[in-house]
Amino acid sequence: MLVHSRGGRWATWTVFFALFLPVFALPLLVIVAASFATNWSGAFPSGFTTGHYGAATTGDSLQALTTSLVTALTASVLALTVGAWAALAAAALKKGGRRFMDALFVLPVAVPSVVVGLAVLVAFSKPPVLLNGTRWIVILAHTVLVMAFAYQSVSAAILRLDPMYEQAAASLGARPLLVLWRVKLPLLLPSLTAAAGLCFALSMGELSATMMLYPPDWTPLPVQIFAITDRGSLFTGAAVAVVLMATTLLVLLGVSRIRTKASFR
Amino acid sequence: MSGAASPGAPRSGIRFDGVTVAYHGNVVLDSLDLTVEPGEVMALLGPSGSGKTTALRAVAGFVQPVRGRVFIGDRDVTRLPPHQRGIGMVVQQYALFPHMRVEDNVAFGLKAQKVPKGQIPGRVTEALAMTGMDSYAKRYPRELSGGQQQRVAIARALAIRPGVLLLDEPLSALDAQLRSGMLSELARLHRELPDVSILYVTHDQVEALTLADRIAVMDQSRLRDCGTPQDLYRRPRTEFTASFVGNANLLPVRVGSGSVLFGGTELAVATDEAVWGATATLCVRPHLVGLGPGPNALRGKVAEVQWRGSTHRLYVDVAGHRVKADVRELRATPALGDEVTLHFAREDAVLLAAGVGGE
Repeated sequence: MLVHSRGGRWATWTVFFALFLPVFALPLLVIVAASFATNWSGAFPSGFTTGHYGAATTGDSLQALTTSLVTALTASVLALTVGAWAALAAAALKKGGRRFMDALFVLPVAVPSVVVGLAVLVAFSKPPVLLNGTRWIVILAHTVLVMAFAYQSVSAAILRLDPMYEQAAASLGARPLLVLWRVKLPLLLPSLTAAAGLCFALSMGELSATMMLYPPDWTPLPVQIFAITDRGSLFTGAAVAVVLMATTLLVLLGVSRIRTKASFR
Repeated sequence: MSGAASPGAPRSGIRFDGVTVAYHGNVVLDSLDLTVEPGEVMALLGPSGSGKTTALRAVAGFVQPVRGRVFIGDRDVTRLPPHQRGIGMVVQQYALFPHMRVEDNVAFGLKAQKVPKGQIPGRVTEALAMTGMDSYAKRYPRELSGGQQQRVAIARALAIRPGVLLLDEPLSALDAQLRSGMLSELARLHRELPDVSILYVTHDQVEALTLADRIAVMDQSRLRDCGTPQDLYRRPRTEFTASFVGNANLLPVRVGSGSVLFGGTELAVATDEAVWGATATLCVRPHLVGLGPGPNALRGKVAEVQWRGSTHRLYVDVAGHRVKADVRELRATPALGDEVTLHFAREDAVLLAAGVGGE
């Protein structure tokens, strides 16, 4: 701890909460409060109800939740597979090649996601690869968007991995593929799961690229929230938002449990 | 004892044939020629940056020589990937796989080499028993102490029954007491596995003198000297060997016949190969220098006295040179600045022709 005196510690915590609460916590609390309200005209909401959650967990909203979960899981797995593969390949390259790969994989983050969405739309609206109007165009866009994060976190973990493990395995007669499968990937597992969690959370909340691409039968939850609130049902929208938040948090919690088990030191 | 090298396994030594390794044009190992005989323990001894670890890594296949060839047995392994070389390797940081139990660490090499499944448990137990770690099979590496982890690492390397064992500073991470225990353990293992050739990289002369059949002394990317421990210690051929192995006194002298001249004092030493009138270096081990009058007496002023328990180390300035003397613990230590006499026996001094081992 940097601050030693009791008073100083108090002051630090006070400043922290004064900044943290309004910026991070309050907006979330407002959403939660709104999801249980029928009316919000004064400073506080009124008319307690749980009815919005009925609407938020049935029908179109439930459909949208499943859509989001399937999209996020598929996109995360794809992004992690390709991203990790690329990161492993890049680590074996010389400096120039590695820089090129790093730059290539940072593109989806550097470019606004609307542009990525538009690019995917234009690229896959005509044969030979016609994906427009299918769920795959949404999944593809999400994969591209989150892959940058998968690549970067796995890349960083590979750099930190001590080459002595790999060398010990090789000296024992293990072929490169066996070294990768039995030594490198297990040692990278904590970073891989962290990357998976990040990809999943990002995909669950993706709106801007999705808006340009989603077909009528594949509406992810953020689009649903946008549509509901756009129609003026603010409180139902809040309830759906809470469902989105809770689901994402639950999955991240599960992932972090796997992570704790997978970390060895 | 059914040791690591199975009865039918070929006895293989190691041969460096003009091996040069460079990183980005920077030579870190300069045309090394060295042969490790089958079953021999060869220590590569040198300070850090001397190229000794690079030489070991060239055998393991982790660095690629720019020139020269490496042989294991009769096989030219210069271009072989590490996993095809059939070596066992133990490094300073153990490099045990943290996500595997001890038994799986040891079984890893056996599985990689496709040893029949039925034989694996037996060989794992046998290898662990050799290093006294058989009761720790179910533990994870993080649950073991440093010394125990190093034993597992040695067991893992021996389980695949390599003809060649590479040890890279295996004891450097252990504390002094554990180190001497492991040292005798390694000596015992080698007695039990007489066919395994061992290349032992170390910067610690005690380890090298204790374990090695021969020592290769390295400095500044080059092999400086090679011989049996006794040979190197008693009759060093280069100044570097003399000072690095045993920390000898090196005195510049002028050669006479049957004697040398050191700062005006005539000292009786063997001058067989030295040229009369040439300058040379006289090498005397500190523990062979005595305090008090005697043959080959040197008078000087005490510059420093260190008490080392059973001995006193005296630094005495003689004719502008600081001479080290290790003497049995003194009852009355001389004071700084005192004039004292040192002496040494004729047969305890070695004359090195000047410039030998330098460039």
